[in-house]
Amino acid sequence: MPNNTSFLKRAFRRHEVQIAAIVVLMAVFFSVMSPGFLSAGNLTTLLESYSVMAIMAAGLLVVLISGGIDISFAAIAAVTQYLVATILVQMGGNWVVAFALAAVFGCVLGAVNALLIYYLQALSVIVTISTMTFYFAILMFVTDGKSIYDLPDWFTASISPFGIPFPVIVAAIVLIATAFLLNRLSIGRQIYGLGGNLEGAKRMGSNILGLQCFVYGYSGLTAGIAGLVQAHRVEEVVPNALIGRELDVLAAVVLGGASLQGGIGTVSGAILGIVLLAIVQNGLTLLGVSSYSFGFVTGLIILISVSATAIAAKRQQKRTTGNAA
Amino acid sequence: MTEESNSPQRQEAGTLPTPKGETPFIEMRGISKRFGGVRALEGVNLSIRSAEIHSLAGENGCGKSTLIKVLSGVHVPDEGQIILEGKAHSHLTPAASQRFGVQIIYQDLSLFPNLTVAENIAFRHHVETPVRVANQQVMRKQAQAVMDRLKVSLPLDELVGTLPIATRQLVAICRALAAEARLVVMDEPTASLSHQEVEGLLAVVHELKRQNIANLFVSHRLDEVMDIAERVTVMRDGRNFGTYPVSELDRRRLGELITGHVFESSVKAPFSSKDAPALEVRGLTCTGQYADINFELRPGEILGLTGRMGSGRTELALSLFGMNPPDSGEIRVKGKPVHFHNNRDAIRQGIAYVSEDRLSLGLVMPQTIADNTVISVLDKLTGPLGLINGARRAETIERWIFQELRVKTKTAERPVQQLSGGNQQRVVLAKWLATDPRVLILDSPTVGVDIGAKAGIFQVVDMLAGRGLAILLISDEADEILHQSHRILVMRYGRIVGTYDPTRISEKELREAIYA
Repeated sequence: MPNNTSFLKRAFRRHEVQIAAIVVLMAVFFSVMSPGFLSAGNLTTLLESYSVMAIMAAGLLVVLISGGIDISFAAIAAVTQYLVATILVQMGGNWVVAFALAAVFGCVLGAVNALLIYYLQALSVIVTISTMTFYFAILMFVTDGKSIYDLPDWFTASISPFGIPFPVIVAAIVLIATAFLLNRLSIGRQIYGLGGNLEGAKRMGSNILGLQCFVYGYSGLTAGIAGLVQAHRVEEVVPNALIGRELDVLAAVVLGGASLQGGIGTVSGAILGIVLLAIVQNGLTLLGVSSYSFGFVTGLIILISVSATAIAAKRQQKRTTGNAA
Repeated sequence: MTEESNSPQRQEAGTLPTPKGETPFIEMRGISKRFGGVRALEGVNLSIRSAEIHSLAGENGCGKSTLIKVLSGVHVPDEGQIILEGKAHSHLTPAASQRFGVQIIYQDLSLFPNLTVAENIAFRHHVETPVRVANQQVMRKQAQAVMDRLKVSLPLDELVGTLPIATRQLVAICRALAAEARLVVMDEPTASLSHQEVEGLLAVVHELKRQNIANLFVSHRLDEVMDIAERVTVMRDGRNFGTYPVSELDRRRLGELITGHVFESSVKAPFSSKDAPALEVRGLTCTGQYADINFELRPGEILGLTGRMGSGRTELALSLFGMNPPDSGEIRVKGKPVHFHNNRDAIRQGIAYVSEDRLSLGLVMPQTIADNTVISVLDKLTGPLGLINGARRAETIERWIFQELRVKTKTAERPVQQLSGGNQQRVVLAKWLATDPRVLILDSPTVGVDIGAKAGIFQVVDMLAGRGLAILLISDEADEILHQSHRILVMRYGRIVGTYDPTRISEKELREAIYA
């Protein structure tokens, strides 16, 4: 890289900085168009309602970095949510028990993906679509699609220390933990290695099955926690409430710079991806645009983001070959 | 090439006395390995002294890779012993092999493109204890220490994926060194390096030797083997043919040992023809790539074009094939000026291009030989409804794959990826010949192809030229260009700096012209 490139220019080549700039532009646009946008109330609600998505995004991000993909996490969240709620309703409990149960169920359901992928040598997208269908179908079959409304009072009671809603706190903890895992722990660095070069990781002696179990287990774990938080927020467990969210989460994470080829992605990018989607969807709502437009706008944003990345990559390639000649 | 006349004497390996006081670092004795019914190795001996630069030579499929995998602990041999530090082992595990200091650098380098140089070098750090806080400072220090030992300087914080291939190779060597290597095995390390980069790599291998680290150097390029190795073990057909001190060999003799053939090294007589040129290039210029290129190429002529990487030779070839539009100048085919907007135009004018990178650009690897062969002529094989005429398809395949190029396969309905490198190259040729070209551009057709298969490819090239095809042969291997062309053009910094008659220039002079 030439030395005369200014700091700003170099910073702007980072994907996170580009997304952050777009987020700021969007925020300015919507706050001008709709005065209610920047109100404390609106922003808190916004954070609160997208925190479930952020928790799931953390798990999915880890899977994407490892070079795989997980479509089943929303189904895992739904199953875990239902199981935990049933146990809490029947046997009572507290938040510690609730989180422990959600973590264990989610982790086990996720690790099943890893075992199938490893032993069948199957594509992760196929395996997780199958388990998604399977988990969800079992849930609907066993529950008959019936919701649970009689959740314990302690479970649905609003908790907001210093005015920060509980879901936001959980999301923050999960995101910080994920960032620590990915950047600072050896296993996180091995996950980047696995996604960057699977054969290379094998040759370096990485335990591939162990890493995959960890990665998909982690995705399941975050899904379980997300399901729990979702149930707390809406004060009920509806079996099909979370289904269909997987693609939104995937879109946000990819928007945040994670590569579907593996090896690339950051927590900060994923957060920005979610914030961007949240701002646009919320802004459109405030402007009175029909919620049917969400899909259209979300799709458009992703297309633009993907094209921008591709164009930047092409330019980069031209620059390096130009230097070589 | 004559069959086994003056056949080299077979030498029993292990008969070469080991100098006194020099115990070998590793000795493999009588290694045999079968896969199903197929014999891959039979009674192979290999002995490498500490700090020795040893080369393993042989044609593709002779068992080199299997032997390396036995050494790295991936394969368990059926018979034989591996003696390390005075102890005999019936086989090694990957962990044991690494513990003894055996480090393999595979051709693909197995690096992590998305991680920094420092992290790649110190990656072992992560694997050994997965649950702990990774200390970037410690890793950087470790990487720096290895770089200092090797007297190289690498950008520790750059992502490996952004580095040129030669630098990546150094990263891989540093990583091996960081793992306390005592023997570094390099599998075809120079296949994708330029001439200067090879020099740099060889210097590093010498530095390893000074640090008392042995090297097993596996290469198809006999020049390099002659340059760097102290001894060479030649393998043929799963057996080791013998181990020789390099000082007792020359390149020709080594080639004979490897293939069992005696190579005639003669150059072609100058080409003369009264035919009109098939291809003429006048003042062709593409800013930043090449300038003022003039030459003509007649039917039946093999014109060699050489120059180092970055001299503009490949860019020029792509322009002639319509994939890199020139800024000014003229290309004439059969005397008529042509303007190519894309390579379909060039193909229509009878120009075929066999690319340098046959694996990534020339073939669709999982598809069958047959499908790969007809892919460029589908429009000629279709009937009035746009459906493919099966009989004509079969005819094309029979003619090119089996009769003309004699690809070694029983059926054409087999994925191309199952063929050897030499046979894959023949399929690429078949694919282009099926388009019935006037001009064939061959860009480095023998990269990664062993010496026996090379000879086969050039037989085909000669046959094609004999039938009146005009051939532009691009290569940076001086001996190849010298022996295979009627006339030689040398490019440097985007210009043609000399035209040579192969009967009047020695290989040394040609090399100097290329690398001056």
